[in-house]
Amino acid sequence: MLESIVSYGLAIGAVYALIGITYNVMYSASRVFSFTAGMLGMLGGVLGAVFISRLGLNAAVALVLVLACGAVIGMVTEVLTVRPVLKSIEQHLYVLSTLAFALMVQQVTAIEFGTEAQPFPVLVPIESGWLDQKFWLPLLACAVTIVGLELLYRRTLIGRAFLAIAEDSYAARALGLPETRLRLACYAIAGVIGALAGFTGAQMLLAYFGNQAILNFYGFVPVALGGMGSNRGAVVGGLALGLFQQAAAVMFGGLHAAIAVFVVFIVVLLLRPEGLAGAVSGRRV
Amino acid sequence: MSGVASSQRKLMTSLPWLALGLVALLLPLFDDAYVGVIAQRAFIYWILSAGLNLLVGFAGQIAIGWVPMLTLGAYTTAVLTAGTVTEEWNAYLALAAGGVVGAVFGVIIGLPALRLRTFYFAMTTLGFTTITTQVALAWKSVTGGGVGTPGPVFPWPFEPGWGFYYLCLLLAAVATWMTANVGASRFGRALIALRDAEVAAEASGIAKPRLLVLIFLLAGALGGVAGGLFASLQSYITPDAFSFEMSVLFFIAILIGGRGSILGPALGTIILTALPEFAAPLVQWSTFLYAALLLLIVLIIPGGIAALLDFSNRRPLPQHREILPQPSLLRAVLGRQQAPQQLDLRGIELHFGGVRAIDGIDVSIKGGEVHGLIGPNGSGKTTTLNVISGYYRPTAGTLSLDGGALAAEAPPLRAAHRIARTFQTPRLIGDVSVLENVMIGGTLDGRASFVESLLTLPRHRADEVTLRAAGLQALAAVGLDALAEVRADRLQHSELRFMEIARALMLRPAFLLLDEPAAGLSAEEIRRLGALIKAISREGVAVLLVEHHADLIFDICDHVTVLNLGKVLAAGTPAEIRSHREVVSAYLGA
Repeated sequence: MLESIVSYGLAIGAVYALIGITYNVMYSASRVFSFTAGMLGMLGGVLGAVFISRLGLNAAVALVLVLACGAVIGMVTEVLTVRPVLKSIEQHLYVLSTLAFALMVQQVTAIEFGTEAQPFPVLVPIESGWLDQKFWLPLLACAVTIVGLELLYRRTLIGRAFLAIAEDSYAARALGLPETRLRLACYAIAGVIGALAGFTGAQMLLAYFGNQAILNFYGFVPVALGGMGSNRGAVVGGLALGLFQQAAAVMFGGLHAAIAVFVVFIVVLLLRPEGLAGAVSGRRV
Repeated sequence: MSGVASSQRKLMTSLPWLALGLVALLLPLFDDAYVGVIAQRAFIYWILSAGLNLLVGFAGQIAIGWVPMLTLGAYTTAVLTAGTVTEEWNAYLALAAGGVVGAVFGVIIGLPALRLRTFYFAMTTLGFTTITTQVALAWKSVTGGGVGTPGPVFPWPFEPGWGFYYLCLLLAAVATWMTANVGASRFGRALIALRDAEVAAEASGIAKPRLLVLIFLLAGALGGVAGGLFASLQSYITPDAFSFEMSVLFFIAILIGGRGSILGPALGTIILTALPEFAAPLVQWSTFLYAALLLLIVLIIPGGIAALLDFSNRRPLPQHREILPQPSLLRAVLGRQQAPQQLDLRGIELHFGGVRAIDGIDVSIKGGEVHGLIGPNGSGKTTTLNVISGYYRPTAGTLSLDGGALAAEAPPLRAAHRIARTFQTPRLIGDVSVLENVMIGGTLDGRASFVESLLTLPRHRADEVTLRAAGLQALAAVGLDALAEVRADRLQHSELRFMEIARALMLRPAFLLLDEPAAGLSAEEIRRLGALIKAISREGVAVLLVEHHADLIFDICDHVTVLNLGKVLAAGTPAEIRSHREVVSAYLGA
């Protein structure tokens, strides 16, 4: 029992953490809470199933294609739904363009791919040993993403430029950084991460258009708990959420687990609105 | 004359409603059951959307998942009427119970919205939508699980068929009436103020949590009632009847209609309900089309249908407008002269980390005087003002009003002490008229409770008459009465500055804090502003004026304090300051 809590909990938690990082990357680049994070995760699974099961592609080729699709869709999100509304970001309407886009993609998926959840093929042709690949794949993806992002942010010039934009976009622009292109790149990276989350998690979650709403919510919980913009917070929050959800599910059943997660989410937000590790926001007047 | 104009306006706004009502009343004459069902569905959806509209359109909360209220209302009504869990309830009582359940959950779901940014609330509603469906599926003993449960049948006088049609119509009319009442009351204006200019709303004494809880109650209750009716219309309900797509429909209908309007969202709901029925091949694509519509609205016409129908605000305004304040009206605006009060800052310090933004200042502001606060940029002028109006808790020092301590970090409580302020960048509500912007300032003086406004009881109507008259008077005093009905975002910058002063005057302030009111004004406008400020102080108001225009300061101030690097550099009469050596070298220049 403990084994299944730990393995499944950590694996699903890694998927949530990756979706949380997807939110963060988009938020850092634009200060926009984008509704497209769950959509990217959903597409990672659905596109993977299409490429591998329907088109018969090799798993590695499929992964590359899925990530490329994620990057393209991330960039489309930026150009179509974020760039036009950044000027009026003070108005509350702004994130709705991302919601509209996410819903359109979801509906197209439902019609073209079908509304039934479909199994996702085994990716790595090895015997399932003591730990099944559907459990370690998301964890591996999460680790690779974290290390990759850290290297990008700390070691490369473009990564430092990303940080500069996230810290103070006005100052970054004043220094001559090409803010628009950097933002576009961030959305592409977010697209890759989201698609990777969906692709590696799909053996657990199946290829299903309805995963969009689920991932949107469960991927946001770690971000809200860990503090918006903090990737470390998202990873810790995501893994904790996965373990908590799975423990509750094993002990009390899946329904009560869902309710428990929801209640914890609301209670934490009420007690610590800035998240467990977040900082209080700045001046208003 | 204005009476004729206002009754004409009333007729214009009620005309579309009369037309809609007439069509709805006459529809049964055609006796087309199919059209009847579509109409009933539109009524039911509108009952939910009417409440949601206050939440989304007025308060600006992104409630993308409000369908759980419909689900809860539907199951409550159905289960209670069926008698599977309790004795069999009367269907009408069960419907009321559905409303109560909706209201309770509306508030629970709304709790995060009271403190957090609106995206968190959006996610809460999204999560709750998923969970209600899961619960409905899993709680088989009560909800029947995936198999479902029969909906309630309403007995006489609203039997299934056209009888039920009239019940839906009646409740839709009531929902419209109530939400329109709230929308046109000081509560509705306060909601829009919280949406577009939260800081200004707080400074006017509007407490966000209290107001939002009331709206969550109302929107939840209407959603629950709509759910009970929906269950009856469906005659059999299963969890998949309440999809997230349905939530999206409600939400988008409101945005297509336009924020802050009632008619627009009503039309939006009717259109979105009827559209798939008349375009059968499109049914599969309906969510896609709704979403595409939402994208278009956000990108191209953020004002929605309501903005398209707003003809009066397309007429060009006169080109060379002049602001001509009438200080003689101030006595009427400010009311009976009160005993002058005094506000004291003693040893106030405010540190941000290692930065000492204010480093121990003493200032006293007395009724009947204009007190100037000057100094170079970054010297702590606006910060001082923010400490007084409660945005910052001082690290050290005391803030007292006539000897009694003032609570720190409580901006909405300042209005009750009659402390009013303006802002360095004008905080306006662009979507509504100048008069309504100004009326926000008088929110605290309304006597009617929320329920009285909901039902337009006499006290509410009296409130509205008084507030409107006071608003017009304040506008006349600052010289903007000709623009009272113009949408505020069409005003020039200088006019916005005077509008903010009118809004502050609505509070009948004992203290008026002005943050760079002359910035961006022409020389002539500055002169008139100076005369106005002077006149305000002569009515017994204590004015604290933060300014960079040295001429204005020395013209009208009785007392000047000069700040530098968070400390008081000098204090005294204008004449003393003007000859103060350090001030001249640090700030004024030779």
